[in-house]
Parts: sequence; structure tokens; C-alpha cells
Amino acid sequence: MSAVIIARHARTPAERFKDAAWVAFVALLLGIPMVGLTTVDEGGALTVQTRFGMLAIFVGVSFAGRFIFRWIMDQVRGRRAAKSAVAKADRTPLAIRVIGWAVLGASVALPIMFSENRYVIDTATTVLIYVMLGWGLNVVVGLAGLLDLGYVAFYAVGAYTYALLFSHFGWTFWEALPVAGAMAATFGILLGYPILRLRGDYLAIVTLGFGEIIRVILVNWTELSNGPNGIGSIPRPTLFGLPFERNPAEGTQSFATFFGLDFSGMHRIIFLYYLILVLALLTNVFVSRLRKLPVGRAWEALREDEIACKAMGMNVTNVKLSAFAIGAMLGGFAGVFFAARQGFISPESFTFTESATILAIVVLGGMGSQLGVVLAALVLVLLPELGRNFSEYRMLMFGTAMVLIMVWKPSGLLASREPTIRLNKAAATGGEA
Amino acid sequence: MMLHMEGVHAHYGHIHALRGIDVEVQVGEIVTLIGANGAGKSTLMMSLFGKPGASRGRIVFDGEDITRVPSHLISRRGIAIVPEGRRIFQRMTVLENLLMGTAFADPANFNADIKRVYAMFPILEERAAQRAGTLSGGEQQMLAIGRALMSRPKLLLLDEPSLGLAPIYIKRIFQIIRELNTEHGMTVLLVEQNAHHALRVAHRGYVLQHGEIVLAGTGQELLASPEVRAAYLEGGH
Repeated sequence: MSAVIIARHARTPAERFKDAAWVAFVALLLGIPMVGLTTVDEGGALTVQTRFGMLAIFVGVSFAGRFIFRWIMDQVRGRRAAKSAVAKADRTPLAIRVIGWAVLGASVALPIMFSENRYVIDTATTVLIYVMLGWGLNVVVGLAGLLDLGYVAFYAVGAYTYALLFSHFGWTFWEALPVAGAMAATFGILLGYPILRLRGDYLAIVTLGFGEIIRVILVNWTELSNGPNGIGSIPRPTLFGLPFERNPAEGTQSFATFFGLDFSGMHRIIFLYYLILVLALLTNVFVSRLRKLPVGRAWEALREDEIACKAMGMNVTNVKLSAFAIGAMLGGFAGVFFAARQGFISPESFTFTESATILAIVVLGGMGSQLGVVLAALVLVLLPELGRNFSEYRMLMFGTAMVLIMVWKPSGLLASREPTIRLNKAAATGGEA
Repeated sequence: MMLHMEGVHAHYGHIHALRGIDVEVQVGEIVTLIGANGAGKSTLMMSLFGKPGASRGRIVFDGEDITRVPSHLISRRGIAIVPEGRRIFQRMTVLENLLMGTAFADPANFNADIKRVYAMFPILEERAAQRAGTLSGGEQQMLAIGRALMSRPKLLLLDEPSLGLAPIYIKRIFQIIRELNTEHGMTVLLVEQNAHHALRVAHRGYVLQHGEIVLAGTGQELLASPEVRAAYLEGGH
């Protein structure tokens, strides 16, 4: 009975405590010079000041973080050991892996190859925003199978949350990012509740309406959103507090002065590019991991057969709401980035066309396929760009290309679905039943 | 007693679909419900899950009143259903389908449960990595049964398991139902149009007509009953 695996030695609370205390001790040693001491410029002379309060917080957070992290990891491990007859899918088809790594390599190298070409990097940034939006919407449409035509609403909620938090309370990009994500997720749940019973066409119409409602509110509620005039001078994100400015405020440093570089406007463009690349990659990892968890499988099962899900004892309400909330949250993150990149937002940016484009990316890519979304975003953003020389025929070309893709690949560019779990042959066939 | 429905009424809007149903299922029994299309067989089964909920009467499962328990919590109490038309998750693999059945089961039982299901249906082990939609109808039915068994139910509900299957698979499915009962001690409530097979495999049966139980008895009694013969057996099933 080789399939019966004895669960790995589970840690007792005392062991976990000891482990966390050890980490806290290391944090203390490291923290004394890094956090506990600081130099202050007092009238030309540098003096050393101690910051023991800060140090205590630093050590405390390390301790709690390690303790909680260990605890979660033990839980995860316990579950995994219990399900040892099956192993997590580790081998994706070679072609997909090669394309995936090639795309990733190209996207990391792109700003290096085109470091002086602002147009290329700007366009690539736009592609990445759509990739991130596509991955977010993929949760709702591709995995959970809930047709959402108003996804742009969550994008708008994210963007406006940041813009408003900044203009009223002076919040920075990094402070606003999680709040905007939470705000968008809340809107996702608010939208989700009334439409739980709808599917297919009916769901599409209601979500379409929701997207429009958000836009109309933004246009008309001038006290809140400044109406069609939009909100301007939204600050750019900083790199750990280093802004990308030519003339940093007195006593502070900018990216260029800190690293001793000559100021260049391209720094910010490239930084924004890498920022959205990281955000998009995090989104990808997050969604891929979720897909292999019970909640992810539940989404896919819901797409396949809602009645069967109910028969399995699934709380379909929660499954749907979680899909809406997580999809919305990712859209919200993309919205914050969008606001920070543009520096100005208005309801104009959040029209139905945007929802349609994002949905087209998901459908064209192949519902549920992560790499498909990347390819489709490339196609949908680059085709109109390439077509600029043909001015009035541009949209015609664009439409033709989309029709051709759908004729050639009716279920999307990458239609094959990856199993979330595979049989561990050795474990399953080794033991007698 | 495993399941006891006492004077259960249920409505679909204005349609009075169940009119005072009394059904009992004892531990270790196979009980079948037969009846024509629209007699209320599936409604009866769904009403166990509260969809539609009983507007009158009481449903007691394993000693507890489940009449008002929310649908999704009922299966967690130990009732598993193999829904009509199988309803497997087509684009997911066989293994993923089986996993969906364990969504709320203790993961510690997983190895034992999957071995039990594979032993019962070796074809599922062979096809574990295959998309469920590519299985034949009979194999899909086995998958649906396997998926239901993964949650270690106390009571297994089967809604028209022979529907749309080739004759050879129909025989096999009823054989499986009998094995489940005799070898694994599973209590089964079976809804069927295929009265002949169902009554032969069942300990007891109920005949449902227009939302009412019109006849009840052992499988043999019902098989021999002239009313049942006239209405369900000699009509050409």
C-alpha cells in the first residue's frame, strides 16, 4: 500500500513558536543597524539616533509573519500529504512552456532592446495592462463561465479609488493599491449578489448595464468624480519612495540622483513598464495557483454544470461571488496602474468598448487559457497600431483579422485546457486496492 | 431509518407537483420510485435537496429533520446524488471530476476513497487523465456514480441512471447498483422509468402518479401487480 503516506511530522505549537523566535532574533540582529539606528543631519553634523520603537515593530512583524507563514504552510502540507495519490500537474506541454518562457524572456528584454524608443515601450505597457485585465476577466468568464460585459466598471473603480484617495487624502500609489483592489472586489460582490440566478445572455445584459451605470455615475456625480472633466495630476508610482522627477523636492532624492544617473524621461517609462510586468506576472501566478485549489476547480465545475455543482453540495453563491470578487479585484489593481500611468482619468476611458476589448481578448485567447490571453492581447493591441498607416481601413482590417481568427480557431488561439491535477502513477498503481 | 418523507407537498409556482408523499428508506435497502414522465419522480428527489422545498410535510434523514436545511448543506450530511443526465464536468478530466465529489469530504480519506472507486470502475483509473466529455455514455454514468461515492454518502440517490444508455450498459449499471448494495452496504434510492430492471434490483418500490404514491410494495409484488404490468411493463419499455 504505497499510496498510504504517513503525514510528515507536523510541528507542535511550541516548535512553531521556537522557529518564529529564531527568525525574530535574526531580524533583531539585522534590524539594529538597518532599522534601529539612523543618521540625522543636524545643522551640518551627522548624528546617530536610535529608533527602538521602530525596531520593536520590525522584530514583532517578523515574528508574527513567520509564525503565521509556518502555520499556513503546515496546513497546506498536511492537505497535500493526504492527497498523495495524486500529484500536482507539473508538466505542461512542451510547446506551451517554450512559448511561455519565450514571451516572458522577450518582455523582460524589451526595454533593454528599445531603451530609447518611447513608442515601443508605451505600446508594450498598454499590451501588459490588457494582459492583466484579460487575466482578471479570465477568472470570471474563462474559469467560472459567467459572461461579464461590464468588466470595465471594476477597472474604473480601481482607477477612481486611487485618484480620489490621492486628491482627498494624498495617498500614494502603493498605499492606494490594496485599498483600490478591495474596493473593486466589494463592487464585484455588490454586482454579484443581485445576479446570482442569471446565466448566459441575461447575465451579460445585466453586467453590461452595471458597467454603464458606473460610467454614468462618474459622469454625473460631479461633486465626487469631477464629472466629464476627470481627475488630473495623479502622482506616478515611486520606486521604494524614490520619485522619477527631474527636480526632486528639497531634501529628498529622486531615482536619478539616488543612483547617480543623468535624469531621463525614459526611466519613468521603463519603470512603469516593469511595474505592470510585475503586477501582471503576480496576477498570473495568483490565478494559476487559485486554479489548482478547490476554489479554482469549483469555478471550472460551475462553468461546466451548475446543477451538478449544487448536487455536489457546493455553495454556488459563494463560488460565483468569489469569482466576481477576485476578477474585480484584479481589474481594480489594473485600474490603479492605469490612473498612475496616465496621470489623468475621466469617464471617457471606461466605455463599453473597453469591456468589449477585454472580453475579446479572453475569448480570442481561448477561454481559460493564460497564455492565450497574452497572445490575444498582443493581437488586439498591436493590430490597430500596425494598421495606423492605413488610416480609414484600420478598423476594417482589425475586424477581418478577428473574423479570420475565429474561423481558423473557433475556440480561441489556445483552446486546450490544462488539467489542474494529474495522476501520480507510482503512488496510484503501486499499492493493491 | 435512513430517510422518511411524511406527507410532503411541493409546488413549482402554481403547479402542485407533489401531493402528500410518504416514502421510507431503511438502512441497507434499495428503494425504487417508478412512474411515467411528469409523475413527479425527479421533483421528489429534488425536494430532498429543498429545490423545490416542501411546502407541507417533513423530511427526516438519519434521525434529523432536513426539511428546511439549505440545499448545499444537505449533501454534506451524507446524501449524494447522481443527477439525471449524468451531468459530469465535460471539459475537466476524470480525476478532476472525482475530486469534485470530495469537495467537502475529509482529505485524509482521499486515498482510500479513490482506490475503492477505481476498484469498482477500473475504466476510470485507465482514463483518469482523459477529458470526461470524451467517455462513452456508460462510462460517464460510472463516473457520475464514482463521483457521488467519493463523498462517502450514507444514502445514494440515482436519478434515471439507465437513461440513454446502450442495453449492455443498462445491464451493467443495474448490476453495479446491486453490488453497491450487497458488497458495500450502500442504501440506494433509485428513480427509474425502466421499471422492469428497477423493480428487479430493488427491495421495495413506490409507484408515483400525478404527484401521489398510488402503489407501494416489495419489488417482486410490484413486478407481479397487474396495474404495474399494464402501465409500466407491458407498454413496451
